[in-house]
Amino acid sequence: MQWNSFGEFLAMGGYGLYIWPSFGMTALCMAWEVAALRVRRTAALRSLSRPAAGEEKAS
Amino acid sequence: MTRRQKRFATIGVGLVALGLASALVLNAFRSNLVFFFTPTQVSNGEAPQGRSFRIGGLVEAGTLTRDGDGLTVHFVVTDTVKRVPVLYKGILPDLFKEGKGAVAQGRMGADGTFIASEVLAKHDENYMPPEAAAALEKAGATGAGRSRPTTASPQ
Amino acid sequence: MNWFRWSSLQQFYPAAGKLIPWFASLAVAFMSVGLYQGFFVAPTDFQQGESYRIIFVHVPAAWMSMFLYVIMAGWAAAGLGLNAKPSFMMAQAVAPTGAMFTFLALLTGSFWGKPTWGTWWVWDARLTSELILLFQYLGFILLHGSIDDLRRADRASALLALVGVVNVPVIYFSVQWWNTLHQGASVSVTAAPKMATTMLAAMGLMALGFWMYSLAVTLMRMRCLTLERERHAAWIRGLEES
Repeated sequence: MQWNSFGEFLAMGGYGLYIWPSFGMTALCMAWEVAALRVRRTAALRSLSRPAAGEEKAS
Repeated sequence: MTRRQKRFATIGVGLVALGLASALVLNAFRSNLVFFFTPTQVSNGEAPQGRSFRIGGLVEAGTLTRDGDGLTVHFVVTDTVKRVPVLYKGILPDLFKEGKGAVAQGRMGADGTFIASEVLAKHDENYMPPEAAAALEKAGATGAGRSRPTTASPQ
Repeated sequence: MNWFRWSSLQQFYPAAGKLIPWFASLAVAFMSVGLYQGFFVAPTDFQQGESYRIIFVHVPAAWMSMFLYVIMAGWAAAGLGLNAKPSFMMAQAVAPTGAMFTFLALLTGSFWGKPTWGTWWVWDARLTSELILLFQYLGFILLHGSIDDLRRADRASALLALVGVVNVPVIYFSVQWWNTLHQGASVSVTAAPKMATTMLAAMGLMALGFWMYSLAVTLMRMRCLTLERERHAAWIRGLEES
């Protein structure tokens, strides 16, 4: 392992400010996509139980 | 079934036609999509005259010098055939090194020196630990330890 | 014929539901091992220092952006050829994930370009064609959303997806066809990888993880689309309980 301390790991040889946002944004986008799909699924399932209102809006 | 086959055939023909059309268009635009000119292209007069363009190649080893102000740098960009001296005042990127690729934006001065307003480093696609690079260098292997000229001028 | 297409979605829906946890677990596993490999096993690079580690998200994201476009165009073509609604829906299910990976490839590339090249962005052929790919994904999604008649929306957007597929080889070969600031490919079919094995392993694991993630998310979206578009079907009505 090339890191002697946690601080060194975070600093990434001075490139931490570029590396961590890259990985962070990737993780954030993925988490957001999964969460958005869960919400969408719940909404779709809920609209099945009250079809009349949903259909009027859709058409 | 015949209707389905007909539809597939139409789509196929459409795709082929589209591919051909875009190949022709791309070929026509090829010269306009050039991001930088090589020193050979510059000396052949292919680079635009009187306006700003980019020049790319390797920073010739041993040519990098700094003026007293610490900001002004001189170096020579080469594609191993032709050389162009470059003058730049500003901060160089981390990966800017002698023997490595660089792309400079600017215009040609009257004395044949390229006056750069921006210098970018162009690195190659080789990745390895420093020890491996040192070992390769020691063994005199070409390619990985040093940047290859082809990296800077792919054509 | 209608009942056949209808029943294929009916069979697909529960099957996808069973597959999603597997793909999701594999995605988490591959990415965890990949991140460990990338940050604790892979060594420092000889010329870029630690900054090169962005490659472990950048290249897999860029690969997925192109790969998913081809998959999307493939479903679009199948939809047009077979006149099959599920195929059109698959194309719709792939698009947002493809757009996300294109955005991530551009963003992480920018974070990598600043410290190494010295700039966030340049208009070279590779970066420009990848940006066009993002617009293609967004155009596909927007076009589908802007047409009320779903059958027409399916066909029009599928045609757009098919036309745009020509950009994928342009992106891939841009670094060979034109002078670009972007470097050439480190990993290709025709040449030995220009990367140390430990680094290559990290990139490969992350790419596998992204691939599994894409499968899981696409199936999730496909299930949502099925719920939304088939809500009149009798079998869907039975699902609200679960």
